[in-house]
Amino acid sequence: MNFVWKRLLATLPSLAGVVVLTFLLSHALPGDPAAYFAGPAADANSIAEIREKLGLDRPLVEQFFYYVADLLRGNLGKSLTTGQPVLTDLVDRLPASLELSAYALVFAIGCAIPMGVLAAIRLDRPADHACRVIVTVCAAFPTFFIGLLLVYVFYFLLGWAPEPLGRLNEILYTAPPRVTGAYTIDALIAGDGEVFRAALAQLVLPAISLGLFALAPLARITRAAMLESLSSDFVRTAHASGLPTSKVLFTYAFRNSLLPISSVLGMVFSFLLGSNVLIEQVFGWQGVGAYAVSAVLASDYAAVQGFVLMMALLYILLNLLVDVLATLIDPRVRFEG
Amino acid sequence: MSDHLTISDLNLEFRTRHGTVRALEDVSLTVRRGEIVGVVGESGSGKSVMAYSVMGLSDAAADIKRGSIVLGGMDLLTTRGEAMRAIRGREMAMIFQSPRTALNPIRKVGRQIEDVLLEHAAIPRRDLKKAAIAALERVRIPDPERRYNAYPFELSGGMCQRIMIAIALACSPSLLIADEPTTGLDVTTQAVIMDLIRDKSRDSRMSTLLITHDLGLAGEYCDRIAVMHAGHVVEIAPTDVLLAHPAHPYTRQLLAATPTPDSTIDTLSSIGGQLPDLRRELPPCRFSERCVRKMPQCDLPPLPWTELSSDHLVRCRVPL
Amino acid sequence: MTFANLTRNAGHAFGENPLTLVAVGILLLLLTCALLGPSLAPYDPLMTDATAKLVPPSMAHPFGTDALGRDILSRVIVATRLDLGMAFSAVILSFVVGLALGSAAGYLGGWTDRIVGRLMDTIMAFPLFVLAMGIVAALGNNVANIIIATMIINLPFYCRFARAEVNMRRDLGYAEAARMGGNRTLTVLAVHIIPNILPPMMVQASLNMGWAILNAAGLSFIGLGVRPPTPEWGIMVSEGASFIVSGEWWAFVFPGAALVLAVFCFNLLGDGLRDLLDPRKRV
Repeated sequence: MNFVWKRLLATLPSLAGVVVLTFLLSHALPGDPAAYFAGPAADANSIAEIREKLGLDRPLVEQFFYYVADLLRGNLGKSLTTGQPVLTDLVDRLPASLELSAYALVFAIGCAIPMGVLAAIRLDRPADHACRVIVTVCAAFPTFFIGLLLVYVFYFLLGWAPEPLGRLNEILYTAPPRVTGAYTIDALIAGDGEVFRAALAQLVLPAISLGLFALAPLARITRAAMLESLSSDFVRTAHASGLPTSKVLFTYAFRNSLLPISSVLGMVFSFLLGSNVLIEQVFGWQGVGAYAVSAVLASDYAAVQGFVLMMALLYILLNLLVDVLATLIDPRVRFEG
Repeated sequence: MSDHLTISDLNLEFRTRHGTVRALEDVSLTVRRGEIVGVVGESGSGKSVMAYSVMGLSDAAADIKRGSIVLGGMDLLTTRGEAMRAIRGREMAMIFQSPRTALNPIRKVGRQIEDVLLEHAAIPRRDLKKAAIAALERVRIPDPERRYNAYPFELSGGMCQRIMIAIALACSPSLLIADEPTTGLDVTTQAVIMDLIRDKSRDSRMSTLLITHDLGLAGEYCDRIAVMHAGHVVEIAPTDVLLAHPAHPYTRQLLAATPTPDSTIDTLSSIGGQLPDLRRELPPCRFSERCVRKMPQCDLPPLPWTELSSDHLVRCRVPL
Repeated sequence: MTFANLTRNAGHAFGENPLTLVAVGILLLLLTCALLGPSLAPYDPLMTDATAKLVPPSMAHPFGTDALGRDILSRVIVATRLDLGMAFSAVILSFVVGLALGSAAGYLGGWTDRIVGRLMDTIMAFPLFVLAMGIVAALGNNVANIIIATMIINLPFYCRFARAEVNMRRDLGYAEAARMGGNRTLTVLAVHIIPNILPPMMVQASLNMGWAILNAAGLSFIGLGVRPPTPEWGIMVSEGASFIVSGEWWAFVFPGAALVLAVFCFNLLGDGLRDLLDPRKRV
């Protein structure tokens, strides 16, 4: 537990950095932030009014303290496009994005780890080459392009997938009562199997498109880490002790590969949260990414800033979670801290 | 005493990108029941390669061309897959140098002993922990109940080697192969570990093959010693005979290069030349190029074994 | 590394991985399109034709036409310059700025190191594409800012690499000797240290190119930076996407394929270059 506290403290500088950088992005840049906040339709008077209201005429340091104070009160400003507080908008849409990312992550891990393990066990044989080809191809395909290709093939040509318009076909189904905000989970809570299947069907293509890009780094590190453990002294000991191959592979080699694998999860999360924006765009997904895109295009700055901040916080949190999980895998991390 | 492990005429090659390495050529060696046999030689002499082929753990690039390895009447070279796995850990076990990396870093040492017991000994699951703690006790680990829960990184190198020995001896194998078991440990720990290995092999009439580059260590603990050079066994004799009357020029040079309580740095000599490149065509006696006593007949094949006494064999045309 | 070594490694890199040769071929094709684009294109990429909207691929229009009747092949060819240009400028900028910041941090240590390190940590604390979006939104929605945003999110990789390498080398014998010889800090860095870390950084840069292309195209896909009717692969994919549901696949497939080809090419080149410089680092 001591380790968790230490790690928690270590995120404070990142947290501070994130807050300062998002502040600078909105307050200390060339151009007139007040004009951004006022929106494209504002005239000189209303801009001046907003400047005063937002305190933009005061010294930067003072503005920073107001900014932090607002953040602490959960005040991210008001969105110009929706007229709602940005925090409300984001909290409203976040579950949709998280649900999508979670399925994509499960898909990526579920494919990448067996692939990497197989490639390492069958080094330089057809399975390994196949894995390398898949990884190279996945790394070269832009997420949004994969998404569109899948839509073309599985929706237009084959008709297997539902129409790629959002999280649920609202004409046929009603969204389950909101508990977590994730439709598949809420549908299960409500005991509505039909809506669950419908929501899941909408998720398949976007989750796969999003997951495929994260697959490459995961499969690559799994293969490398497995090769490393398979050639280690302790795997040799396990073989010399006549342990069954499955035990050598999993209890000895694979469990020791988990630490390096978990170390690339940070990068994978960065990919997922970033590409989420693109995939939401492709599939008409009503998540925070789509919200941010329309906000950027409408110069709705408070909304963009809130989105960037929330994504950064989420990312820091996810990395923290991975580090804590790593201590469960490897006792050495607990002690070295 | 009867022969327990018999290696005869073992020939092993490595296929590499840069040619075929003839790592072992006509290697023959026996270990009797309850006997400790030392295999001594420079690094690269093939002693570990031999040990690994006994265990059936040779590298994928290794190719055994000829010969046989028989353990207690069982031909190990024709035994494959599952059957070989059942022998490893139960009939024969191996310990390695650098014990710290030889243990799984993220598994409690007690669990690692249990893994072996679970596989080879008919112990009910609920008694496993007791058996593992007993195994720790047998290698004289103080406070075994607490050590059961330790991870390798929490233990000293010597302690890790004891754990390795506990794993190796968990199922009372009839053959133990110790590959440089004390290299890298400090001198006092070395003695403790070696005493432990000797006592265990005496107690249970276990045959032991001690692989080491340290002739002094072998001289202290082994019943017989085989000297290897460049993939050949060049001399094999009871320890006292070998130390007192080495017959192969290489053995004599090795002895002269081994520190003893009476030697000083000035009286120690080093062995001239290097191990030959095993990829090229070599003369019958692979030591001839480094040998000060080389005669013209040394280049005539075949290289015979000379029997100096019933138990003292040397592979040299002009033994000392 | 001697020249003989380098040529032998080149032999290995090409011999063992014929894909590297394929990548060089693609690179030549891309460079030709980037340099000669407008004169290679069979049509004016901006010329609309109301009578030939969404024409499927044919002899006249090998890649078909888009919703405004513009020739997609011409648009794909002409877009090469902009797409590669954005990625290339971003990579060069992050290379130079990262090298400068990283070398300063690694060589001077102390506060410089701490501040630069903290800055890079802060950049890395964001999901990078999200940060790029935020930067473009703040700086203004145009191509130059796309390049700046891509530069900033790539910066930490170069900076950290340069810092580690410089830090490691600053106390090595030859740097020490140069310092003792009365050379100024900048001279020691520029003459004695940086030339040694350039090759591995070039590998990093070529591996990075693919990612920079994806990033810039991603930003234009969501409507940032490049404005219609400028031909650019990301925006063309986005425009073509609307016609998937009616089956006009060519409008998004060809620009998307061009993107894939470019990213694929630079990824392979990076791998090849890495093998060339250090065959041991292959994973």
